[in-house]
Amino acid sequence: MDLDSRVPSGPLAEKWDAHRFALKLVNPANKRGYRILVVGSGLAGASAAATLAELGYEVDCFCFQDSPRRAHSIAAQGGINAAKNYQNDGDSVFRLFYDTVKGGDFRSREANVYRLAQVSVNIIDQCVAQGVPFAREYGGTLANRSFGGAQVSRTFYARGQTGQQLLLGAYSSLNRQIARGKVHMHNRTEMLDLVLVDGHARGLITRDLLTGEIKRWAGDAVVMATGGYGNVFYLSTNAKGCNVTATFRAFKRGAGFANPCFTQIHPTCIPVSGDYQSKLTLMSESLRNDGRVWVPRNKEDVAKAPGDIAESDRYYYLEERYPSFGNLVPRDVASRAAKKVCDDGFGVGHVVEGRRNAVYLDFADAIKRDGRDMVADKYGNLFDMYERISGESPYKQPMRIYPAVHYTMGGLWVDYNLMSTIPGLHVLGEANFSDHGANRLGASALMQGLADGYFVIPYTIGNYLVTAHKGEVTTDHPAFDETQSAVEAKQAKLVALDGATPVDAFHRELGLIMWEYCGMARTAEGLKTALVKIPELRERFWKEARVHGGGDTLNASLEKAGRVADFLEFAEVMVRDALERDESCGGHFREEHQTPDGEAVRHDETYAHAAVWEFKGEGETPVRHTEPMAFEHVKLSTRSYK
Amino acid sequence: MRVTFKVWRENDEVRGFRSYAIEANEHMSFLEALDVVNEMIIREHEKYPEGPIAFDHDCREGICGMCSMVIDGHPHGPRQATTTCQLHMRSFGDGDEILVEPWRARAFPVIKDLVVDRTAFDTIQQAGGYVSVGTGAAPDANALPIGKTVADEAFDYAACIGCGACVAACPNASGMLFVGAKVVHLAILPQGNVERSQRVSAMVAAHDEAGFGGCTNHEECEAACPKEISVDAIAKLNVELMRAAVRS
Ligand SMILES: Cc1cc2nc3c(=O)[nH]c(=O)nc-3n(C[C@H](O)[C@H](O)[C@H](O)COP(=O)(O)OP(=O)(O)OC[C@H]3O[C@@H](n4cnc5c(N)ncnc54)[C@H](O)[C@@H]3O)c2cc1C
Ligand code: FES
Repeated sequence: MDLDSRVPSGPLAEKWDAHRFALKLVNPANKRGYRILVVGSGLAGASAAATLAELGYEVDCFCFQDSPRRAHSIAAQGGINAAKNYQNDGDSVFRLFYDTVKGGDFRSREANVYRLAQVSVNIIDQCVAQGVPFAREYGGTLANRSFGGAQVSRTFYARGQTGQQLLLGAYSSLNRQIARGKVHMHNRTEMLDLVLVDGHARGLITRDLLTGEIKRWAGDAVVMATGGYGNVFYLSTNAKGCNVTATFRAFKRGAGFANPCFTQIHPTCIPVSGDYQSKLTLMSESLRNDGRVWVPRNKEDVAKAPGDIAESDRYYYLEERYPSFGNLVPRDVASRAAKKVCDDGFGVGHVVEGRRNAVYLDFADAIKRDGRDMVADKYGNLFDMYERISGESPYKQPMRIYPAVHYTMGGLWVDYNLMSTIPGLHVLGEANFSDHGANRLGASALMQGLADGYFVIPYTIGNYLVTAHKGEVTTDHPAFDETQSAVEAKQAKLVALDGATPVDAFHRELGLIMWEYCGMARTAEGLKTALVKIPELRERFWKEARVHGGGDTLNASLEKAGRVADFLEFAEVMVRDALERDESCGGHFREEHQTPDGEAVRHDETYAHAAVWEFKGEGETPVRHTEPMAFEHVKLSTRSYK
Repeated sequence: MRVTFKVWRENDEVRGFRSYAIEANEHMSFLEALDVVNEMIIREHEKYPEGPIAFDHDCREGICGMCSMVIDGHPHGPRQATTTCQLHMRSFGDGDEILVEPWRARAFPVIKDLVVDRTAFDTIQQAGGYVSVGTGAAPDANALPIGKTVADEAFDYAACIGCGACVAACPNASGMLFVGAKVVHLAILPQGNVERSQRVSAMVAAHDEAGFGGCTNHEECEAACPKEISVDAIAKLNVELMRAAVRS
C-alpha cells in the first residue's frame, strides 16, 4: 500500500504556499470538461461542491436526506475555531496548530494541521460574507469564546447552533450553483459502491431511496465527504442516518482505513434513560466555560437532591485534579474522569442497570455572577433542549451529564492532497483521518470540514486531473457492469432476510459490545472477547434479521439493514486496530497503559504512526500498515493539563 | 403507560388510518415510541401486512428539520417550540389515542405514509436565498461591523430549520413564513443588501409557482413553528416586496 504522504519539503509555514505554486492548474476553459462526483452535502461536501462548481467544474452531489441542508453538520452546536487573534490574547496560527497537535495526543500529521490552522482565518471571512450570523459584541465586532483544551478565546459561534448556520451558509452557496446548473443535486440517494477503472476511482453505484433504482455515475474524480461512523456504537450523538457504508465500501475497493479505533467520547451528554433509547443528545462543550462539574464527596449523598448537598461535600473533581485547565480539560480527559468517579460509586441520577451513570454540571455560580439573562443569552437554547428531554430546568438545578460517543477521528487515509490510496478518490471532513490524531479538540471539526471543502480540495483536485487522470470513461465500461451486479446481489441478499428480528435489535446489540469492550476503556482481553462476539452476532444477523418489504420502494428497514451489515463487519476492523495499538493515546485508552493516577501512557517509540488497514478479501484478516508521524515542530511530550 | 397511535398509512397496500397500541414510557421520545410500534409490526408481521410506518427523521434533536408529523391536529404535536423528535411521551396520558398524519399541502405531495416531498423548499432557496460571493472573495470578517442587535435579529430569522410545519399549519398551505425568514435574515444584514430586490422577487415567484397558497394573516404558522419564528417575517417580507417594486 502506497502511504506516501506527499508532504512538501521546506519550512512548515511555507509548505502550503509552495505546494500551491507547484500544483498543476487546469486551464479555466477545460474545467467544464471535467465531472466531479461529490458524495455528501455536509460542511465538507457542500463547501467542496459549491467551490468546485464556482471554479467551472461540472459537479454531481449526492446525499441520503431529502435536502442537502439536513446533513448531520447541521447539529453542531458549540462553535468553530480560527486563529484570528481578535481577542488579542496571544493566539496565532502556530498556537492553534500547536494546540491541535497536542490535543490530538501526537498522532496527527503536522503539515496538515499547520495548513488547517492557516486557512482557518479565511473560513470565518467566507462565512461572514455569506451572511452567517455569528455572535457579536455591542461594538459590532465578532465575539469569541474558549473551548476545551485551549487557553485562548478563538471559538466563533452562532448561539448554540453554529453548525446549522455554517451549513446553511454552505447550502446557500451550493444553491447558487444548483441554480446556475453547475451542480446537479441528487437527494435521497445513497452511494452503495465505488467504481474503479484501471485502479482509479471513476464512478459510483447509487440507490434511489424512493424508487429503489440502482444507478451508475461516471466522473473524472470522486470526492467523498460522508461523515463519521460513531453509530457503530448504536447510541451516539450522531444523527440516525450516519453510517460507515460509503467509506467501508471504498475500503473494500482498496482505500486504506486509518486509525479506525480512534473514537471520541464526549464528556457532556444527557445520560441514557432506558433500553428504548435511540440516540444520545449532546450538551455543547461550551457549557463547561461556565458550568462546574461535580459529584458528591460522600457515597451516602448520591441519591440526595443536589441542593441538599453542602458546598464542602461536593467534589469538583476536574478543578481539583487539573488546577490549570479545570473544567476546560480536553474531552478524552474529562470523559475518563467522569467514568472514574461513576465507577467508584459517586455517580448521581437515576439507577439504570444497577448503576448511577451521571455527574452534575452546575450553573448556579455563573447565574449568581453574571445574572440569569446573560447565561440565557449564551446557553438559552441548550437549557431549553435539556429541559425538553429531561423535564428539569438547568436554571434551577444542575444538569446531569455523562459521556457518549460523539466523533470519529479515524477515517480513510489521505495524503496531503486529501487523496486516498485509490487514485482519484478524495476524502474530506470527518470521513478522513488526517487532522485530529487520537483526540479532536472542540470546535475543530467544523473548521476542518470547511477547510477541506472551501480551501484545500479546490486546488489539489486540479493537480490530480492534470497529472494522473486517465481519459474519458462512460458508464458503459465493463467495470460498471461488474460493480452494479455486485451491489444488486448484495441488495437481493438483504431483501431476502425473512427472519423475525428487527434490524435495530442487532444494531443495539453491536452497540453494547462496542461500548463494553471498545469504548472509554479497553483491554487486550476485552478486545479479544469482542473479536469472538462480533462474528457471532453477524452470523445471527444473516439468519434471524427481517427486512420488511421489497427493494423497489422507500424502505427504511432495507436501508438500515445495509448499514448495519457494514457496521457488523467494520466493527471488527475497529476492534483489531484497538487491540494492535498497545498503548494509550487520546481517546484510545488501554487500561494496561496508565500512570498510577489514571492518566494515559503513550508509547512513542512503537506507535507514533497512523495505522492503516488494507482489505484483503471477504473473510480474510485485513493487513495493518503504518505511516510514521514525525514531530519536528511540536516536541513529543506527555500531555499535561494539571 | 398504554397508548394507541392512530396513524395515516398511504402506500401500495393501504390508504387510511390504522391503529397500533403499545406500552410506552414517559421518558421515551415520540419517535422512540414509533420505533417501538415499528419493531412490533416487524416482529408480528403476519398480523400487520401493511409493514412498518415510513416517517422522516434524522438528527432527533430538533435541528435538521427532517421530522414532520401532524400530531392530534398540530404540526409537531401539542408542545410549543418543539419538533416531533423532541416531543416526549410525558406530554401524553395513559390510555391516550394519538392521531398521527403527514403534512398536508399541495406543494408537499405524500410519498409514503408520513413521508412527504419537500423539494419545493429547496427550489425556493435556489431562486435567490444566498449572497453571491464566491469562495475566496471575502474581506476580513471584522472589516464589516454589525451591531449586536442586528446580528441577533438576523439570527432569529436564520434559525428556520425548513421543516414545513408553517405550511402544514396554514389553512392556505402558504410558505410565506419560510420565505420571509430567509429574505429578512439576508435583508437586514449589510452582506445581503446588494441583491435584496432581486432576491425577494425571485423567491416569492418560486414560492407561488411551486403551488403554495397566499398568506391571508391567519398566523397559524407562527404558532406551529418549532423555532418560534415571528410572523413579523411576513410583514417585513411584504415591505421588501414593495421596496423591490418601487425600485424596479
Ligand atoms: C451533536 C454534535 C455537535 C457537534 N458540535 C460541534 C462543534 O460545536 N464544533 C465542531 O467543530 N464540531 C462539532 N461536531 C462535529 C461536526 O459536526 C462533524 O464532525 C462535522 O459536521 C462533519 O461534517 P462532514 O461534512 O464531514 O459530514 P456530515 O455533516 O456528517 O455529512 C455527511 C454527508 O454525507 C452524506 N452521506 C453519508 N453517507 C452517504 C452515502 N452512503 N451515500 C450518499 N450520501 C451519504 C449525508 O447525506 C451527508 O450529506 C458536532 C457533532 C455532533 C454530533
Ligand atoms: S429529526 Fe431532526 S428535527 Fe426532528
